[in-house]
Amino acid sequence: MTGSESRSGDGSFGGYGGQYVPEALMPAIEELTDAYERYVLGNEDGFLDEFRRRLRDFGGRPTPLQRAERLSERYDTEVYLKREDLVHGGAHKLNNALGQVLLAKYMGKERIVAETGAGQHGTATAMAAAHLGMPCEVYMGERDINRQRPNVFRMKLNDAEVTPVTTGRGTLKEAISETMRDWASNVEDTHYVIGSVVGPHPFPSMVRDFQAVISEEARAQVREGAGGLPDAVLACAGGGSNTMGAFHRFVGDDGVDMYAVEAGGSSLDVDEAAGVAPNSASLSIGSEGVLHGARTKLLQDRHGQIVESHSISSGLDYAGVGPELAHLVDEGRVTPVSVDDDAALEAFHRLSQEEGIIPALETAHAFGYLHEHHADLGGVVIVNVSGRGDKDLESVIEETAERDVPNAPDMSVFEGGL
Amino acid sequence: MSDGDLSSAFADGPAFVPYLAVGDPDYESSLTHVEALERGGADAIELGLPFSEPIAEGPTIQEAVVRSLEAGMTPDRFFEFVADLDVDVPLVCMTYYNLVYQYGTEQGPRPFVERAAEVGLSGFVVPDLPAEEAGPLRAACDEFGLDLIAIVAPTTDEDRLEKLVSVSSGYLYVQARLGVTGAQASVSGQTAASIDRLSDVDLPKAVGFGISSGEQAATVVEAGADGVIVGSALVDIVAEGVENDDPTGAVADRLESLAAELSAGAERGFEQRAPEPEGESE
Ligand SMILES: Cc1ncc(COP(=O)(O)O)c(C=O)c1O
Repeated sequence: MTGSESRSGDGSFGGYGGQYVPEALMPAIEELTDAYERYVLGNEDGFLDEFRRRLRDFGGRPTPLQRAERLSERYDTEVYLKREDLVHGGAHKLNNALGQVLLAKYMGKERIVAETGAGQHGTATAMAAAHLGMPCEVYMGERDINRQRPNVFRMKLNDAEVTPVTTGRGTLKEAISETMRDWASNVEDTHYVIGSVVGPHPFPSMVRDFQAVISEEARAQVREGAGGLPDAVLACAGGGSNTMGAFHRFVGDDGVDMYAVEAGGSSLDVDEAAGVAPNSASLSIGSEGVLHGARTKLLQDRHGQIVESHSISSGLDYAGVGPELAHLVDEGRVTPVSVDDDAALEAFHRLSQEEGIIPALETAHAFGYLHEHHADLGGVVIVNVSGRGDKDLESVIEETAERDVPNAPDMSVFEGGL
Repeated sequence: MSDGDLSSAFADGPAFVPYLAVGDPDYESSLTHVEALERGGADAIELGLPFSEPIAEGPTIQEAVVRSLEAGMTPDRFFEFVADLDVDVPLVCMTYYNLVYQYGTEQGPRPFVERAAEVGLSGFVVPDLPAEEAGPLRAACDEFGLDLIAIVAPTTDEDRLEKLVSVSSGYLYVQARLGVTGAQASVSGQTAASIDRLSDVDLPKAVGFGISSGEQAATVVEAGADGVIVGSALVDIVAEGVENDDPTGAVADRLESLAAELSAGAERGFEQRAPEPEGESE
């Protein structure tokens, strides 16, 4: 494997990473590390061949790298879209979910647990579990259940159990804690399909490897389509899995700039006394600490208590971020930037109108950045379209009605909701 | 404040080691609660410093953490609390690594341990710090003469046990069953087997996770445990007091009486233990 991994053995990324979990989980993590090395890195029993076959036949890969004609013209930049929204389920999340559920099967596990924020990872995991015949339970914050009802129903359709999490603000952070608790109780036969490049080693490396198919394809496609490497790659960053997937094969290409676009929420300030950050910009304004099994950049107060994050998009609404991404930011290889709720919503409408693509609210952040900074990005830019926005329509109606979005359609017919 | 050595807790007979989340539901009541535990017979006390993401805790302690944080608990207040406590038994800080790591101006565990030593704490239990990540905290504990107590899980195998023992001191916290903290109606059948396989380890073994009655404490000690750790069952009493708006004194009385039951249960289990063929091990 190439990339920025400094020691393949313990998943340390320049001091970030590690395995900060209860002892009860350590044997399972050792077992998983062994399975990761054998099957994923070593292709034992043809694991990778089966993974790639299923990504193609079940997942619909490869996804296109589409030249966005109207955006290219508008920004006077060659804009290419990596269409992960066209993966089965509607987001990049299936790449990882399929990889991990398949790995759990190779390991002889009998049950899958997962957490989800936007519901996209839960949906992908439920689909992969149904596809491979594994029982699956998904933890989801109560607030996110309300924001993402279509995905909740999709998970149930795929026969997954969806368990609401009511602690804290009822978002992704709490759902991850709750899934770790389930895993600690059932670790002997259960695999935890973590939803991003976060958590204890080997998860950050393993999830990145499953998502690296994005940049592997995009790199070949852009060379063929544009005759060379891009000047910049943009991807939104919640935990950072579509980000790391889109960046991984470009890390060694010095001429390619990489931008991790975080949720700026309503402001980049942190209210320590209230224990909240009205954003999810852990790469931009976070500090080093330990959360959910890894040392990484976090939104925390000066005592080390984790503060509640905020974003209009539940998939970015998380106080932590992947350790490798934190390391690449410290190294200066990845530039962390942010886009606020309003600009993301505007970008959501713009992409829908101008390109005929309704993006996920998460993805819309990357387009918001492109809109504001296209002049500084170089002549050829790839934007990772991490997912499609069907899941967000209810939220978008509500959020659009609440604010003055200059480019929104006439919303009056939707006053009663969908 | 106390400055006991942890070994004193295990010196004569089984140790009863209760846990409470510090600052739950407020600083003053919490002082009264902890002091009641000593009157009830505690041989050492685990003081929980609340962390916002307590991944090893079940609902009871999770809710206690929320109450304490909402009442303004911080690491500095926690140290103040330890200094204010009027008890003689050794005290152990139970918290999560991020709080240990962030304390003070330099990152890393040393400032936290230094401050803990100043206020008279005897050691630490850090449930999200496996042996693999324990090096820096172990080194700081050695520097200041404090203990680092490892948790042994039902899933811990021989190799891991060796690793754990190599970084721990004070006692071993033997997790009676898989999962998170929380009072249980019956003691796990895993307990006796867990204690048996630790018989060669030269540290006292205190069993916790799920113990809620004197009867259960007796069972665990009879099975060979050197001590019992009880958290959620005590925290439940605090929660009930909050729910019913009971006066602190009444809650403290109930804590003292459950502590006395648990402590007596442990003693009874010790007396019922079959005498060892080669004489007493102690
Ligand atoms: C479409 C989409 N994009 C991005 C994300 C953010 O996750 P990550 O940063 O791991 O890619 C999510 C998370 O649910 C998502 O659904």
